[in-house]
Amino acid sequence: MSESIVDNIVPSGNSSVAIPTDISGQILDLDEDDDLEVFSKDTSTTLTDGSSFNASMQTSPASMINQYKLEEEEEDADTKDIFVTVDNPESHVTAIETYITYRVETKTTRSEFDSSEFEVRRRYQDFLWLKGRLEEAHPTLIVHPLPEKFVMKGMVERFNEDFIETRRRALHKFLNKIAQHPIFSSSEDFKIFLTAGTGELTSHKKQGPGFLSRMGETVKAVAAAVRGVRNRPQEFTDMQEYAEAFSQKISSLDKITQRIIREQKEYLEELKECGPTYTLWSQSEEELAEPLKNVAGCEDRCYKETEEQVKHLNDHLIPVLHEYVLCADTLKAVLRRRDNIQADFEGKAEALATKKADRDAMSDELDKAENRLEGANNALKSDWIRWQKVMRSDLRSAFIDTAERNVSYYEKCLAVWETFLQSQRTDAEGNGKVDSS
Amino acid sequence: MADSGSEDIAVIGNTDLTPSESENNLKNTMVEKGTSLLKKMEISVAEAEKRTGKNAVNMQETYTVYLIETRPVDAASEGNNPVPDSLWRRYSEFELLRNYLLVTYPFVVVPPLPEKRAEFVWHKLSADNMDPDFVERRRVGLENFLLRVASHPALSSDKIFYLFLTEENGWKETVFETGFQAKADSRLKALHATFRVKNPDKRFAEMKHYGDELQAVISQLLRVRARAADRLYGVYKVHGNYGRVFSEWSAIEKEMGDGLQSAGHHMDAYAASVDDILEEEEHYADQLKEYLFYADALRTVCRKHELTQYELEMAVQDLTSKKQQREELATGTIRTFSLKGMTSKLFGQETPEQREAKLKMLETQIEEGEELVKERNSECDEFVKSAWVDIERFKEQKDHDLREALISYAIMQISMCKKGIQVWNNAKECFNKM
Repeated sequence: MSESIVDNIVPSGNSSVAIPTDISGQILDLDEDDDLEVFSKDTSTTLTDGSSFNASMQTSPASMINQYKLEEEEEDADTKDIFVTVDNPESHVTAIETYITYRVETKTTRSEFDSSEFEVRRRYQDFLWLKGRLEEAHPTLIVHPLPEKFVMKGMVERFNEDFIETRRRALHKFLNKIAQHPIFSSSEDFKIFLTAGTGELTSHKKQGPGFLSRMGETVKAVAAAVRGVRNRPQEFTDMQEYAEAFSQKISSLDKITQRIIREQKEYLEELKECGPTYTLWSQSEEELAEPLKNVAGCEDRCYKETEEQVKHLNDHLIPVLHEYVLCADTLKAVLRRRDNIQADFEGKAEALATKKADRDAMSDELDKAENRLEGANNALKSDWIRWQKVMRSDLRSAFIDTAERNVSYYEKCLAVWETFLQSQRTDAEGNGKVDSS
Repeated sequence: MADSGSEDIAVIGNTDLTPSESENNLKNTMVEKGTSLLKKMEISVAEAEKRTGKNAVNMQETYTVYLIETRPVDAASEGNNPVPDSLWRRYSEFELLRNYLLVTYPFVVVPPLPEKRAEFVWHKLSADNMDPDFVERRRVGLENFLLRVASHPALSSDKIFYLFLTEENGWKETVFETGFQAKADSRLKALHATFRVKNPDKRFAEMKHYGDELQAVISQLLRVRARAADRLYGVYKVHGNYGRVFSEWSAIEKEMGDGLQSAGHHMDAYAASVDDILEEEEHYADQLKEYLFYADALRTVCRKHELTQYELEMAVQDLTSKKQQREELATGTIRTFSLKGMTSKLFGQETPEQREAKLKMLETQIEEGEELVKERNSECDEFVKSAWVDIERFKEQKDHDLREALISYAIMQISMCKKGIQVWNNAKECFNKM
């Protein structure tokens, strides 16, 4: 993997997060402040070897590494100043449609919020809107994926309890990821999403960039895509390769886990018969009736434990893997958008070189495009690092959780059979049975 | 021995035993366990080997032979370890031995042989008779069979059995010379005939019913566990894919790489562990199968009792009808219909001389009939007595063995759980390092 991504550690001043908190506007508006300058100076030198640390960097490599480690721990501690919960799904029926809303509760100490507690109801569409707004505002930042609109596999109904619960969990994670993101969490749209009443939200939604301007953006993007990028820096090509490979691996893991669940379910079908067969047998026996009934009980208990185990796998590991399958797609999309921004810049540079008239205006536009590109690149690079950290943490937790669950499963089954053994031993002693063979 | 009037009553082994022989058998079953052959001799089926040779229709065939080793018990305790006596036998010879025992000791629940062909297999286990795992399990089963016979109060002192263990050549001829084959054939015919007994012994009827139930439930259990084993195999093996993907993924990650890679190894270990687990399960299945086949042996004894009872009843019936005929002839009244009677009516009465001759014949037949009934009665009683003793012995053995089997099944499950705990704890450690 390219060293530049990892070693190109983002300096952090005094804040506990890697990226300065409010450069959201600055990427587009190009206001410079100290942090951003350091940031861009760092990346404007060639990016491939990590040893080219800029002198103006405020911290030494060693302390940056320390800061990194600290950040990992601090995320768990109470530096969180905003807590978001998604729960309480409710069904709404209107003349036109039926839909589900979720309660979104926010508790925060942040000054930009008028109050410290909010409670609103949101539907899936609203989440989609928020995601879209964030992506528009920050095309090269990585937005955590939303659960899909509907799941075609297995023909799950939209109003099925399990489906709703799975979706609720995913929406909860989505909002929390946004809240923990240094840039997204201070987005105005996010704030409105968390605090506005339903009517207020609807009217705010209408205020967004109009249809025409959105169309304009789309046309630009298509044009840029068609033009293609000429000189993509190596580090972004490396990112592209990583995204492809990661996508493949995580999809494989998703499929494997689903396969395991399928096999487990079939195993359960057979296991279901075991207990009853031993019970049936016990009915023909005298001396053997008790141990047989006991074994039947053990098989039944093991069946239940296995059922729980499968459910846990389904409810905990699968959603995480699934999220990261979607994340992989997001990574690719973000890289594409960055490419388009670069293509746009390159196109304008070319145009300037060839055209004679209107040079001033075009020069202006070129500057804007160049700044836009630089901002986009920087944002992407630091967010990439942030994303990797989060990914690593999420997947590690998910795998650890799965391993622990498996251990617990086997421990429970072990206890079941040991109880049986105990009972047989005490029985033998009680009846004074002597080995007669 | 004495022939009864009608031809369609089968002659069964028991009636061919002289009174002294049956007495001897009875004595043997009452003998204490202390005199079983095993007390004097160590027996084992040490090896299995493939042979090729020409069979009965002069075609080349491959078969397996098993090495039977015997050694006097006190030989080892003398400090020196003498070479055991040994000979080779193939499966068909074991079958011959067992058939001989079945016919010669009809009141004994004869220990079963391991299955001829692999049944109730889950798909990964081979159903091929030449498969080394199958051969090995069969070797164990054959040894078990010999040990069971050698420790049975009645069977262990059998001469043919002793020769089976010690005389490689000519044993087959010796067996055939006992003439058991004839008894075997007629016995086979008898067991498959349908008949109804008027006064069945309740205990035997219950035992037969129990044998049916045992056979059914063990079959079901074996089927269920074979299917479950198949599925469990799938679950474990799919985890092996985790190993592969973790390894591939670790190649593109910097910090996570090591943790993923080592976790992957544990997933491979997990997938591989199922092979041992299922092999142990086969051992449990073999223990169940032995009693599946024992159930059949038990039913055979019960069926034999029915046959004995039936023959007694037939003899009684025959005697009664003969007595009746005599009465009719003596008093001149015909109460029972008989073709002879009708023809004599149609073609004229018999002469007094003919009548006299007939009466005399009937008298002889009645005398013989009464003897037969007495014999069959005592046979029946003896059979019931000795069979019931062996059935009680069998019940105790079965309860003990199956309980032990359940215990070892539990131990096996515990071992499987412990392995699982270990692997997943190891994996967790690796994930922690991610």
